[in-house]
Order: sequence, then structure tokens, then C-alpha cells
Amino acid sequence: MLQVKNLHASINGKEILKGINLTVKPGEVHAIMGPNGSGKSTLSSVLVGNPAFEVTEGEVTFNGKNLLELSAEDRSREGLFLSFQYPVEIPGVSMVNFMRAAVNAHRKYKGLEPVSATDFLKMMREKRAIVELDNKLASRSVNEGFSGGEKKRNEIFQMAMLEPKLAILDETDSGLDIDALRVVAQGVNRLKTPENAAIVITHYQRLLDYIKPDIVHVLYKGKIVKTAGPELALELEEKGYDWIKKEMGDA
Amino acid sequence: MQDSNQILNEVTKEDYKYGFVTHIDTDVIHRGLDEETIRIISAKKQEPQWLLDFRLRAFRYWQTLEMPQWAHLQIPPIDYQDIIYYAAPKRKEGPKSLDEVDPELLKTFDKLGIPLEEQKHLSGMAVDAVMDSVSVKTTFKENLAEKGIIFCSFSEAVQHHPDLVQKYLGSVVSYRDNFFAALNSAVFSDGSFIYIPKGVRCPMELSTYFRINAANTGQFERTLIVADDESYVSYLEGCTAPMRDENQLHAAIVEIIAHEHAEVKYSTVQNWYPGDKEGKGGIYNFVTKRGLCKGEGSKISWTQVETGSAITWKYPSCILAGDNSVGEFYSVAVTNNYQQADTGTKMIHLGKNTRSTIVSKGISAGHSQNSYRGLVKVSPKAEGARNHSQCDSLLLSSTCGAHTFPYADIQNETAVVEHEATTSKISEEQLFYCQQRGISVEEAVGLIVNGYAREVMNKLPMEFAVEAQKLLSISLEGSVG
Repeated sequence: MLQVKNLHASINGKEILKGINLTVKPGEVHAIMGPNGSGKSTLSSVLVGNPAFEVTEGEVTFNGKNLLELSAEDRSREGLFLSFQYPVEIPGVSMVNFMRAAVNAHRKYKGLEPVSATDFLKMMREKRAIVELDNKLASRSVNEGFSGGEKKRNEIFQMAMLEPKLAILDETDSGLDIDALRVVAQGVNRLKTPENAAIVITHYQRLLDYIKPDIVHVLYKGKIVKTAGPELALELEEKGYDWIKKEMGDA
Repeated sequence: MQDSNQILNEVTKEDYKYGFVTHIDTDVIHRGLDEETIRIISAKKQEPQWLLDFRLRAFRYWQTLEMPQWAHLQIPPIDYQDIIYYAAPKRKEGPKSLDEVDPELLKTFDKLGIPLEEQKHLSGMAVDAVMDSVSVKTTFKENLAEKGIIFCSFSEAVQHHPDLVQKYLGSVVSYRDNFFAALNSAVFSDGSFIYIPKGVRCPMELSTYFRINAANTGQFERTLIVADDESYVSYLEGCTAPMRDENQLHAAIVEIIAHEHAEVKYSTVQNWYPGDKEGKGGIYNFVTKRGLCKGEGSKISWTQVETGSAITWKYPSCILAGDNSVGEFYSVAVTNNYQQADTGTKMIHLGKNTRSTIVSKGISAGHSQNSYRGLVKVSPKAEGARNHSQCDSLLLSSTCGAHTFPYADIQNETAVVEHEATTSKISEEQLFYCQQRGISVEEAVGLIVNGYAREVMNKLPMEFAVEAQKLLSISLEGSVG
């Protein structure tokens, strides 16, 4: 589904990603862990086409297409979704209008007619239930005045609405209490199918208790330095990242 | 030659979709402005002597005036002798009924989305269609007349209801009010006249569609709305013009009189040709609009969505003379490319317990300049006056300007006057968030801008809210890059 080869990227001339290699297949859940500043969020931003970052080398294919050639909106329409670490507030734009624009943009890309108002509202209702998102939030402006937990639930709600092939969850656990974490993780699990895949970016093992990864990668200084099964996450939880740094000869 | 230019323009600037020209024989008078011009206009309209005298007084006064320079606008010098002051589509000869309209004109208005055949009418809306200097047709006149409502072109009102016209013309905006008011009073051509009798609630939206078609002409619209005691009317005006490289002048006067407990809702969707991306051409929209809340408990509400015109100079205002009267001003003004707008309102509190609300949303893009200018005045006798003003600016580029000039003149210490202002910019993060959900940048700007303007858009009549939303998005196309 996703092949990343020797990906280099920089921001303001500073290189952050220094040769990432990653392959994600349908049905897989990958966890990307690593200390602060290792490039985890940069990787997710680059994959979804954030214009703040510049790709200097490497290639990325997504379902056979050259992802780097696609605009950010087309990457979304192709089925790539990012649950933002810091979801943006858009005052004045109601969640309903926002989601309808998004859903219809996806449909148009597939050559489908816009969704009818009744079908859309029904869809909103069903998907909201997955993350226990309050009806009131759905009628408010996008993320405006949402608590940290509500914002994250809202991200997963949008994921449910758009049914992506590959979802990237960027530190979705940050700022969540244990109950919110459980709701968000359950939501993600319910959306899991053998056809889609997820990349879970996190600093801590905690989230991985709820969302079980198949493969765990450690990102350090812009490179994936370790790849193993779920046991790697437990090892990191126990020993921290210092031993990785030591292995890399940095500490 | 001009035609091929026109076609090129249309192909390259698809975003202004009303820029076409109707090819129709037009009756035009000579260029330039002198007493003779005014006598010709008056004669063409077969006006009574008192109206010609009114025009001539205004003209003589205008000759003593200089163009105002106080607005935050760069207005190139206007040669008033190079303008044609009267242009009318020619009526075809033949045994036709007076109501019959040239099919070419019907087509034009159809193309603009304003069907003039009553069976095709927009639900619940009567239309007065004005092309250049004359009204082409007014729909539903008879149905409205059954309720005693007069809705007709201004010229017709002069013929059939001279007493009403004479009583109210210039009673809110005197010809001595300002430079453009004097000019309009001298040369005004057509517009709409509305009279709603006592206790009548007008059963449909009344609207006027103004179209400039002829080249090198100015349009000098004159609209007069009188709402008698306890009556209600909602009125809407729309306007478009062909794309031309020369600037054209539109200098209108709108007067509204609301008697006791009457309510008038006046909405504008202004989409005059704004000029091209380099700022060439476009309409100069220099307009004086004012409502007088004359009676106790009367209410006048202005709602405007301003997207067109190269330069806009416009301050729809309310004089709150009656006790407990209410004035409202809701405005969205969009400027893109090299457009300039200096717009706002005046709320003049004279009566006791008068209330006014001002909500202004400016949206600036490209190299445009967008100013809000507003005055809240509370006279010594206006006990218990209240005003709330909110002026927001949204910037879409770093090369545009947004300015706010609020003035307050409070002469009664019981007044409560509040003013809030904000300035914001659409952030890269917001746009990217939308893109990540599959929404293109252009569409995202449309969503955000419409969200920002929603409070004002909600005040528009239903039929036009959707149209106006589209217009907002279209006029900002290509503004973010």
C-alpha cells in the first residue's frame, strides 16, 4: 500500500528526515516511536503533503501512485488521512458544513454525486456514535472551543466519515486522560478492516495497549533505526530511549 | 473592435460571469452635462415642471461643489463632460401592447437569472428590471395593487403618483447632501418606487435588478420607499454590468421613509463589474442611501453584500427620529485585486430609546483596500439610546489593506455605545487542515469566508442567500496562492 524509499525532507533548509524506508501493507498497524525531535511528526506531515516541508530526496508510492506528485487534497481523496496532533480551529465553519464539503470532495473525485442531506445526516449520526461525539459538538464550528480530548475524538470522527485506506495518527494520545484514550482507541479499532492500514505515531507505550501494532519502528535522528514486533514497544517502555541512543553511540 | 476585446476578456476572466453586452439599439443623448442635458432627460420622461425645477436647482448647486476627498480611496479624476447621462434600450416600433418587452431584453435578464415572465418568477418575488436609464418591466404590479401596494419604476411613479413623489423626494437625502447626491438629483434616470399602505404586510419580496449595458454611460438610479404606519416590506436590489476597460459611474440615491411601527428591510447584493486583475476598468459605485425612521417604533434594516465595483463609496444610514425606533446595518464587503471600498454607515439617534446595531465584515484580498467608516451620533435629546457596533476584518493576502474608521459623537450621557473590532487572517494551518480532508484551497477559502460572513448572510432573504454565498467564493477565486 505505502512504500517509502530513502525519504529526505527539510524545513527552512534544515534536514529533518535523513533517509526513511518504510513499507505498509493492507491490514497492518505500524507504530512509529522515538524520542522528541526525532522526526516523527515531520514524517507524517511530509506524507500528507504539508507545504511547510520540502522533500529533497527519495520516493513515496501509495497504491501504485507517486504520492509526492499529488496535491495535499488529492492525497486525502486517494485515501490518506492524518489525525493531527494539534487540530486547527476554524471559526465560523460548522462541523456539518466542513464534513459535507470534505465528503463531497471525496465523492466527486470518485465520480459520485454529492451525498443527499438526509443520507449525510444519517452518516454523521452513525459515525459520531463510534467516538461518542456529542451532537452539540458536531453543530459547532470546527474544533472551536473543543477541549483537548474532544479535538482528538473529532479527528477520529472525521476519519470514520472519510474511511481512509491509510490513517496516520500523530500523537493522538497526547493530552488525553485514560477514559478519552480508551474511547479514541476503541474508535480506531472499530474502523480497522483487513483492507485498510494505520500508522500510529506515539511517544509512549500507553496507546499501544489499546491499539495493537503489528510492527514497531523506532525513529531516531531522522532515520528508522530499529524495526521489530510489538515486544519492542514494551522494551522501550521499560528501558526508555537511552539504550537506543547508546546503541547509536550518542549517549 | 470592441467586441473582440470583449470576447477575449470573457474567455480569460471567467470569474465575472455577468460581463456580457446585450446588442440592442439604444437611444442615447449627447455626451456631457449642462442644463440642456437635464432638460432633455426631463423631457424624455415627460416630467412635470416642479421636477425639472428640482433637477435644475440640484445641478446649479452641484456646479459649486468639489468632489469629496476625505475617503480612504484613490479616485482618478472623473471627466463629467465625457459621460453620457441617458441611455435607453429602444422600443421596437409596431402595434405592441405597452407591457410587451423586447425579447432581447427578456433574454438578457434571463441570462442574469432574473426571469421577467411572471409564470417563471422566483417564488414570492416581484422584480423591477432597470437597464441603463430606464425600467424595462415590473412584474406582479397588478397583484400588489390589489393590496394597495405601489411598486413601479420611478418614472412611472412620477406620472401616476406625483403627489407621493413630490412629498417624499429629497426628504431624506437632500440634493445639498453631498457632491454625488447633487449630481444624482440633477440627472437621475430610473429606479424603483414603493409605497406600502397603512397596516399592509407586503406578501412578497420586492426587488430591483440594475443592469448597466450601454458604453460610456453613467447610471443614476433613484429609489424611494415609503412604508406607511404598521406596514412591512422586504426589498432587495441586485446589480451587474459588462466588462469594459473604461470605468463607468454609478451614482445612486436611495431614500426610505418608515412611519409609525413600520418596518423596511433593504438588502443589496452588489456585483458591479470590479475591473480586471490589473485594476483596469470597473464601476465606480458612489452611492447615498439613507433611511428615516420617522415614526415611533419604526425599524429600518440595511443588509449589504458588496463584492463588485472598482471603487465603492457607500454608507447606508439610519436617522432614528421616532422614539423607540431601530436601525440596523449588516455588511459584508469583499475586495480583491485592485478594488477599493470605503463603506460603512451612520446611525443618527434623535428619538428616545432608539437602538442601533452595526455588524460589518470586511474581507480583503490581492492588492485591495477595504475600509469601514461609521458614525454613531447621539443627539442631546436622545435619552436612553443604545448602539452596538462590531467591525471585523479578514485578510487574505499580505498586500491588501483593511482599515477601520469608527466615529462616535455622543451628546447624551444616558447613551450606551459599544464598539468591538477584530482583524484576522486565514492561516496556512487552517487551509492545510481543509486540504488534508480533501477540500481544495479555493473551496476552503469559500468555506471560511462564508463562515466568517454568516452572521450577515443569514439576514438576506432565503432566495438570495445561496446566490450570495456562491458570489463570495467566486469573487475571491485565485486570491490565495
